[in-house]
Amino acid sequence: MKNVTFILNGKSTTVEVDPDKPLLWVLREDLGLTGTKYGCGMAVCGCCTVHLEGDAIRSCVTPMSRVDGKRVTTIEGLSKDLSHPVQKAWMQIQVPQCGYCQPGQMMSAACLLSQKPKPTDTDISEAMSGNLCRCGTYQRVRKAIHLAASLAAESGGRK
Amino acid sequence: MKLSILLIAGCLLSLAWLFTPQNSTANAFKARDAVSAKAAFAEAYKVFMHPRCINCHPAGDAPLRGEDSQPHSGLRLRRGVDGGGVLTLKCTNCHQSNNQQGLHMPPGAPNVLGDGFLDFTTPRWRLPSAKTPMIFQGRTAAELCRQLKNPQENGGLSAERLIHHVSNDPLVLWGWNPGEGRTTPPLTHDQFVASVREWLDNGGACPK
Repeated sequence: MKNVTFILNGKSTTVEVDPDKPLLWVLREDLGLTGTKYGCGMAVCGCCTVHLEGDAIRSCVTPMSRVDGKRVTTIEGLSKDLSHPVQKAWMQIQVPQCGYCQPGQMMSAACLLSQKPKPTDTDISEAMSGNLCRCGTYQRVRKAIHLAASLAAESGGRK
Repeated sequence: MKLSILLIAGCLLSLAWLFTPQNSTANAFKARDAVSAKAAFAEAYKVFMHPRCINCHPAGDAPLRGEDSQPHSGLRLRRGVDGGGVLTLKCTNCHQSNNQQGLHMPPGAPNVLGDGFLDFTTPRWRLPSAKTPMIFQGRTAAELCRQLKNPQENGGLSAERLIHHVSNDPLVLWGWNPGEGRTTPPLTHDQFVASVREWLDNGGACPK
């Protein structure tokens, strides 16, 4: 066991864990942040996507040893008041069906928009190809990302 | 008496040297080196063509996977400028500093610090950069040999640094510790490094 300290959704957080334990299970079991979902457990489906230093990593295969001293953002940390353009767009378009994959979809979308404020359809197809949705909400995801880009531009470039 | 014998032997050696066709001897020496170099490269080429090497040295702009070097299913991956992927699909978003346990789990390798020590808290998983993509897939032995020796194509590696790379780079070493369900190259790592060294030490001649 080892103390791992990291910045979680803007707050310094310390947990005593096995350094090999995946970040996903520390978030869900040790810290109670259950917005991040367990899907495949092998970095294939994208349900567990969170941001590590701004990158859209798969928390189900990311050991805590890698997280030490870094910034992590989960779906709970996108905004405190549902004001993130991705959250607004997701609600306006009513993207989810069952909703299980949507936290991962939204975290990938937020990562994409932070690097490409006006993504093309091709950018979206590429960037979202690692997030699977068994309900088939892909077209609404695409529409919501375009809307989120517009909302961010209107609000002065917040991504 | 002993002095006389030494003098006679010295004269005979000098005469022998004078009558030996020096150029052809030198050429024969070079020719022997070239033969050794080509033979050594032929051995190393077996490793370069193995999927553990090919998959991260693809002809296209995206990494391959598996024993049959297929694209990553579903994922629309791209190399990116530094070889580490782009946007939401960077290699180290899934690949860690170690192989994940179990079949079909993402393999991984550690980063290297400036002093040469391995950093197991930071993964190192990427393709060669866009500037020097170091394509292995589809290259003949002659093509690959020339590419490996060309500093403009090999990322500026000298022979010494090329040997250091194949000897120490965690991504190269990973080929012999690829995780469950993946085959390893046909030579051992020591045999591979010895072949590369023999190829370069003998002048680095390339097959035709």
